[in-house]
Amino acid sequence: MLLDSKIPEGPLAEKWDKHKFNVKLVNPANKRKYDVIVVGTGLAGSSAAASLAELGYNVKAFTYHDSPRRAHSIAAQGGINAAKNYQNDGDSVFRLFYDTIKGGDYRAREANVYRLAQVSVNIIDQCVAQGVPFAREYGGLLANRSFGGAQVSRTFYARGQTGQQLLLGAYSALSRQVAYGKVKLYTRSEMLDLVMVDGVARGIVTRNVLTGEIENHAAHAVVLATGGYGNVFYLSTNAKLCNVTAAWRAHKKGAYFANPCFTQIHPTCIPVSGDYQSKLTLMSESLRNDGRVWVPKTVEMAQRLRKGEIRVQDIQEDDRDYFLERKYPAFGNLVPRDVASRNAKMMCDEGRGVGSTGLAVYLDFAEIIQRTGAEAVSQKYGNLFAMYEKITGEDPYKLPMRIYPAVHYTMGGLWVDYNLQTTIPGLYATGECNFSDHGANRLGASALMQGLADGYFVIPYTIGDYLAQTAPKPVDTQHPAFAEAKAGVQARTEQLLAIKGTRTPDQFHKALGHIMWEYCGMARNAEGLRHAKTEIQRLRKEFWSDVRVVGTGEELNQTLEKAGRVADFLELGELMVDDALARNESCGGHFREEYQTPEGEALRDDENFAYVAAWEYQGDNQPEKLNKEELTFENVKLTQRSYK
Amino acid sequence: MAGSNPNAKPMNLTLNVWRQPNRNTEGRIVEYKVKDISPEMSFLEMLDVLNEDLLHAGEDPVAFDHDCREGICGSCDLFINGRSHGPEKGTTTCQLHMRKFSDGDTITIEPWRANAFPVNKDLSVDRSAFDRIIQAGGYISVNTGGVPDGNEIPVPKEIADRAFEAATCIACGACVAACKNASAMLFVSAKVSQLALLPQGHAERKTRVENMVAQMDKEGFGACTNIGSCAAECPVGISLENIAMLNREFIVAKATSNNLA
Ligand SMILES: Cc1cc2nc3c(=O)[nH]c(=O)nc-3n(C[C@H](O)[C@H](O)[C@H](O)COP(=O)(O)OP(=O)(O)OC[C@H]3O[C@@H](n4cnc5c(N)ncnc54)[C@H](O)[C@@H]3O)c2cc1C
Ligand code: SF4
Ligand code: FES
Repeated sequence: MLLDSKIPEGPLAEKWDKHKFNVKLVNPANKRKYDVIVVGTGLAGSSAAASLAELGYNVKAFTYHDSPRRAHSIAAQGGINAAKNYQNDGDSVFRLFYDTIKGGDYRAREANVYRLAQVSVNIIDQCVAQGVPFAREYGGLLANRSFGGAQVSRTFYARGQTGQQLLLGAYSALSRQVAYGKVKLYTRSEMLDLVMVDGVARGIVTRNVLTGEIENHAAHAVVLATGGYGNVFYLSTNAKLCNVTAAWRAHKKGAYFANPCFTQIHPTCIPVSGDYQSKLTLMSESLRNDGRVWVPKTVEMAQRLRKGEIRVQDIQEDDRDYFLERKYPAFGNLVPRDVASRNAKMMCDEGRGVGSTGLAVYLDFAEIIQRTGAEAVSQKYGNLFAMYEKITGEDPYKLPMRIYPAVHYTMGGLWVDYNLQTTIPGLYATGECNFSDHGANRLGASALMQGLADGYFVIPYTIGDYLAQTAPKPVDTQHPAFAEAKAGVQARTEQLLAIKGTRTPDQFHKALGHIMWEYCGMARNAEGLRHAKTEIQRLRKEFWSDVRVVGTGEELNQTLEKAGRVADFLELGELMVDDALARNESCGGHFREEYQTPEGEALRDDENFAYVAAWEYQGDNQPEKLNKEELTFENVKLTQRSYK
Repeated sequence: MAGSNPNAKPMNLTLNVWRQPNRNTEGRIVEYKVKDISPEMSFLEMLDVLNEDLLHAGEDPVAFDHDCREGICGSCDLFINGRSHGPEKGTTTCQLHMRKFSDGDTITIEPWRANAFPVNKDLSVDRSAFDRIIQAGGYISVNTGGVPDGNEIPVPKEIADRAFEAATCIACGACVAACKNASAMLFVSAKVSQLALLPQGHAERKTRVENMVAQMDKEGFGACTNIGSCAAECPVGISLENIAMLNREFIVAKATSNNLA
């Protein structure tokens, strides 16, 4: 199939307005005749479900959580970008667009990113109107900070809990539509398959996780807003339950999966403390605005520190290497995430890491505390400091934080065109679930922006275009495709229960995560990736003959849920490795050791790899087919990113 | 290990865990032993260890709710040794670490107890009553689009900060579990205060408080008798001032109601 990104004609700045004018509109009297399924009620899903219901469509919203407010979006800390230029510091739609394209290492689509920057301003207005309590200046106006390497202050925030406040805003809009009866909310319902009728998306199969009941649901269109797949690494900053199942099931039904190897490793997370570790906790990037990253200058000193022979306080200023400030004088501690992460890894690889494992660097607040006082620092970062102390037992007001990179975000996801439609007609993907706007690396504070842009301001228009061309006839679950999909889900559940092996889903998940982190993590090379591929295949085989799930399918069975998710991760992992192997260049979060500049920076190959890799499923155990969407850049000049 | 206390010794613990197959079956406390628990572990990681042991033994693992494991999603909800979220103040179950316990301890772990929160299984309870209270009015009625510029609605910083404080409620339900009347006043008041404080919320101020309180009563939560255990056990420090504010809002609303029905 030829990939058509459906980018509208015309100058960049006019594309979206023109497109909004050109899309077909659904007659207002007909809107109530269309049913739309939204899977996922995080930022992307709640905003979409609420907005579609407001327009008059009948929405069914699904989440495996007990409430929409529990979605992983709730955990976002630092903030949300918008090109408001309230600070008069030179921001503009074009600058936000430019920064995002550049930050993504020129692997995103210009038209999408420009639209994202355009609607960013509307998001802030919307959230304020909903009562989202953003940080304010004393004059009562909205406050901003600079975040994640941006040189303008365009980030809006609510202390260190921006995701929580934005999600609660979207959740309130959704709740209002539930009260009006325009959204039917299905909580504790996990989508386990997509149903297609005559080549278009027609519904989903879900499992009620409390009763185990498998159900069919039909609609005229389906939106997946099911989040990212970072948990393929087992340890990540994602919430424990985040998984790829919904997107993966759609992929197996024909939706292409784009750039799966583009994963973001976040530089500032609390380091692993033991084998029992179940997840990693992010320390917001905003901390890099005021914290200084360093390691001891010499390996010898680092060793003594690790053994406890000296304390961090004993290391004199001259013996500290503020390596980001040293190597990147222009950006210093604010270099993009991929650069910061890789440098931390380099320091630890050199033997200069700290903490008893040596897999950590310091993030030090001594200077800012001295300059502005502990109270001012607490105003800004209080909850993060408290969280750090709870987890590590150390007080960051007194001792520098120890941090290490961890898997955080997945830029890859379901391939979508400009309308956010996947390669399956009638199936849309929004938020972290799609691949669209961040290229090979996402800038801080732009995932929240993207999720809400998709849900509030893009999908309501683009889905209308599709529905306007679909007959407003009632849909139901009578078609045999529903029974077939349901039987498939039932059979898989029974298969997982029947294996009765010796290893738990968590054991398999950890083993997979280990392979992914070692070979498809912060640095990759062809040999390692090939090794990973055979390892994953072996592990997947073992899984299907040796996994242990107890209990039945007709009850709350969290082991069964986990097993199903791990099974899908085991397939996705292999595709990530294939993708990383096929991309013979380094860009953004994808660092292939074979392709680097003499200074050890990522070496892109625009000649051969300025494309989106969109993988097409070919059947069980068949190699997937690579389709390419060439990226053209007409408004920015491709340069080697330099943050020196 | 990389944590603060490399000398901390692994612990052996006795756990008394509430087991209940489903909503309609009686539950009971079952005793388990866990060994070699690192003080650096979180409480839920300790339960992970128990569950892996149970699975290997072919027994049904203990069901409990959790997700973010960083104190923000409000999923985790264990009643530990008779206290909501356990012994550490201002801490959710997932952020509680085993360094707060000692070798040889016996720990009792139960679900939230409240009529409005029926048990799903073991330690997992149904808190959908909270969603229904929000649906009754915990929002500002604005549609997407057509709203004024964000800076056209100035909000004094002190007001914005107070609204934010109230808005940080994670809907965990610890307040209900801590209250001998199983009242949901702290939860409801946090949302009422947030929206009553902000200028955007003023238009629906009266109907909101009336409708939310009515829904709260309908869900079967108990009455508030101003004891304050809720705020004492709230992991995010939602203050009792919110309840005072709710009461004021409610009286004013009743006296000057816009509800024409
Ligand atoms: C710790 C942390 C901090 C972050 N901080 C920031 C920040 O400061 N700024 C920023 O811009 N971004 C940040 N991010 C990234 C950002 O939070 C996420 O990318 C974004 O919230 C994802 O939103 P979403 O709506 O796409 O998905 P999610 O919020 O993950 O929601 C997914 C939804 O899908 C549902 N779901 C999934 N699968 C199924 C299924 N099979 N069946 C039924 N339901 C399903 C879930 O129940 C949930 O409702 C952060 C991420 C992390 C991990
Ligand atoms: S008020 Fe506190 S204890 Fe009650 S639900 Fe909210 S966060 Fe939990
Ligand atoms: S698991 Fe999210 S608050 Fe505890």
